[in-house]
Amino acid sequence: MLESSVVQKVLGTALRSGGDWAEVFVEDRTSSSGRLDDGRIEELSSLRDRGAGIRVVVGDTTGFAHTADLSENGLRLAAEAASAVARSGGGGVKEVALSMQTQPVINDVVTLPETVAKADKVEILKRANGAARGVGNAINQVNANYADIRRRILVANSDGLLASDDQVRTRFSVTAVATGDTGMQTGYESTGFSMGWELFDRIDVEDMGRKAANRAITKLKARPAPSGAVPVVLAKGSGGVMFHEACGHGLEADAVQKNTTVFAGRVGELVASPLVTLVDDGTMGPEWGSFSIDDEGRPATYNVLIQDGVLTDYMWDFLRARKAGRETSSGNGRRQSYEYLPMVRMTNTYVLAGQEDPNEIIRQTPTGVYVAHLGGGQVNTATGDFVFGMTEAYLIENGQITDPIRDANLIGNGPDVLKNIDAVGNDFAMGSPGMCGKSGQSVPVGDGQPTLRVTAMTVGGTAA
Amino acid sequence: MTDTNELLDLAVKVAGWANDGEQVEAYVARGNSTTVRVYNADIESFSSAQEEGVGIRVIVDGRLGFAYAGSLDLKVLEDTIGEARDNANFAEYDEFVALAEPDGVPFADIDLFRASLLNVPTEKKIAAAFELEKKLLASDPRITTVPMAIYADEWSEVALATSTGIAAWHQGNDCALSTYCLAVENGDTQTGFGVSVAREFEELDMDKAVADATKRATQLLGAKKPKSRRLSVILDPYVTASFLGVIGFPLTGEAVLKGRSVFANRMGESVGSPAVTLVSDPTDTRSLAANKMDAEGLASRRVSLIENGVLNGFVHNSYTARRSGTQSTGSAVRSMKTTPSVGCRALTLQEGTQSQDELMKQLGEGVIVQSVSGLHSGVNPVSGDFSTGAEGLMFRDGEIAEPVREFTIASTLQRMLSDVVAVGNDVEQLPSGLSMSVAIGDISVGGE
Repeated sequence: MLESSVVQKVLGTALRSGGDWAEVFVEDRTSSSGRLDDGRIEELSSLRDRGAGIRVVVGDTTGFAHTADLSENGLRLAAEAASAVARSGGGGVKEVALSMQTQPVINDVVTLPETVAKADKVEILKRANGAARGVGNAINQVNANYADIRRRILVANSDGLLASDDQVRTRFSVTAVATGDTGMQTGYESTGFSMGWELFDRIDVEDMGRKAANRAITKLKARPAPSGAVPVVLAKGSGGVMFHEACGHGLEADAVQKNTTVFAGRVGELVASPLVTLVDDGTMGPEWGSFSIDDEGRPATYNVLIQDGVLTDYMWDFLRARKAGRETSSGNGRRQSYEYLPMVRMTNTYVLAGQEDPNEIIRQTPTGVYVAHLGGGQVNTATGDFVFGMTEAYLIENGQITDPIRDANLIGNGPDVLKNIDAVGNDFAMGSPGMCGKSGQSVPVGDGQPTLRVTAMTVGGTAA
Repeated sequence: MTDTNELLDLAVKVAGWANDGEQVEAYVARGNSTTVRVYNADIESFSSAQEEGVGIRVIVDGRLGFAYAGSLDLKVLEDTIGEARDNANFAEYDEFVALAEPDGVPFADIDLFRASLLNVPTEKKIAAAFELEKKLLASDPRITTVPMAIYADEWSEVALATSTGIAAWHQGNDCALSTYCLAVENGDTQTGFGVSVAREFEELDMDKAVADATKRATQLLGAKKPKSRRLSVILDPYVTASFLGVIGFPLTGEAVLKGRSVFANRMGESVGSPAVTLVSDPTDTRSLAANKMDAEGLASRRVSLIENGVLNGFVHNSYTARRSGTQSTGSAVRSMKTTPSVGCRALTLQEGTQSQDELMKQLGEGVIVQSVSGLHSGVNPVSGDFSTGAEGLMFRDGEIAEPVREFTIASTLQRMLSDVVAVGNDVEQLPSGLSMSVAIGDISVGGE
């Protein structure tokens, strides 16, 4: 993407006014997407973005600038802007010797989406639409979206690191609207992987369309959700986002170092039910949150965060690891694009399978809520209070799954919920692809869990 | 950077590349921003950012193609229009797909650009962030941590030109102070945020941002989970703003046309209490969402959506208007990287006559909701069902009582509009626009 001699010069410029450390991050991003709505292909879009972000660190202060101008002059100007914070330091040019790191490739892309005919992308949208509408007359609207993104990155820093990655992600989603006597309801189904067009060898878009339609129709018969504290059973793969919110964000080292998380200073302590082992794993094959290197050039790693209920470690990026005196980050330094500073972010976060038969967990729940799918969520890491939306859920009555309930939020407190997990199934699935937002930046993340039960969570419904 | 012609000339040039039988629109934007984050009496980061890009729409025979590039380089623009043209081949014909055309509505004479803000020296910006942190830490002994104190400003300009005769340009800038803090007492931790936004540096109200953050965090100390029940609630202006962010969807022409609006076929009917008058008015310069043009280059205008509880209108862009047999309301919205859709711009309620205290007196008993979380995931804009995490303060006999947290409030957007008892007069200028307190008669509160 850039000659390493140019990168070396830019790093030299960045450190000229006295910075301790500098980094150049170059990104070339292309994406294409297609949207079908209201029965027809509304549009195809193509996006192209490229540029570089330059970071200069002096003490605890970071200077940052970015530019879309990848000429030597454009990069020099950005390096000078980023190094303005280090103006107190003293001159001279630092020599930086770069050596290319080779990282294991986490997954090979078989078919780059850019090589696929646009007509083929249009075709899958139409097939999903047809299948969804074919489910029944109650389906009065269908929206289907296809998107692929290719992100080529190059990272170099003044420690001599030089690394690159070619990240390809492809996703597909269908939303169906059903109308009945009780009004309108929606059903949603989505999938996304760090892979190319071969995604569609693995999934059936018509099946996705039918699933979305059936969800919408099922919800027409939904009862109002209960209001108040009840036992909650999460189906496998339905609610990894709960762990992402309930504790994932609280285990990010930037929050830990500012003491804005309930998990700060608790390594070695029992913070969850002994049934819980939580992992953040950027190496997980073609999963949505995987990559070969993070946006600071570190290889992705498999990190155990909670082992049998005991907090074992946090997630780290370069700055936070440096401050804590650790040799390296944990491969969790990520950014939305070259226009942003990296920070500690999750990758694929999941709970490992336990021992119990999932059916037995439901049978042994006299009353409660069974969650088949959770939507997005949010957490206040300082208090641990979190919330997320149930987009498909049912009542459990006398140990049986019964009627569907309408969309509602679930709220809870991270540390409380982790301790109140009293059953973990021997099954496991990853959930839908997620986009995690933090401080205005959005990055792709995965999550997963086995079937499990929380003894009590607050459901925000309207039923008395 | 205030040279109007340069960017507009570029947009006009690209629009001029239209072939016979083709419509071309170029949406060209650029901007820059500065962000200073202070933590622990040190600059944590200082970022300066420049951004530019172009989104091109090409329409051939009722088929639309779009492409975006993050560059204004001429060669890149040529590639981009080629890509948009190619994409148009794969969209399906729709007789209503076309670019906007000049409609004779004049642009409001509003200027949202302040040269003075561009001239604020960097040292002053940094000093403001330092002072913000210092003042917040000193505001109350229970404030233990200020994880961030931020000064940020941004400037942007947009030029839009079409082969149908539109050529429009807009620029604006604003600045903000934002912060949040932790308050600790008896082992309990609560958080509070404070923000002040303005068009001029001197108009930033640091003391208010500090007071808001302190008050929000300390008032919630010792908060307990309330019992599940139905209650009257008062939404704080910030919370009202969150709801305004989701209630606009069913009022768009697109939602109506595509069978996703609970308000379809209800024009002229009562859809809310008489206290509810909802307007989209991007010409109101008090709102930071003000802008003299929409995302298709038409003049912004005031649109009355609900008048004293009666459904009075929907917002349209040129496509939804054409398909509905009406005129665009200048309500096209977009980011640089997407095609225009339609949305309620600068949506707000007509303010009432009572302060928040007076609303409390009127309702007698209930809860003031000071913040909501997860509204984005907890609302279904199609069915109108919503459910959100909340925290705030109980009130009884018209007086503030104990703090409450970790509860939910739930209803439907339709029902909530009908249950509005009164809208407050405490209009605040928030990052999203104008907002105020709203008193609602009956909402399900989920707690113990």
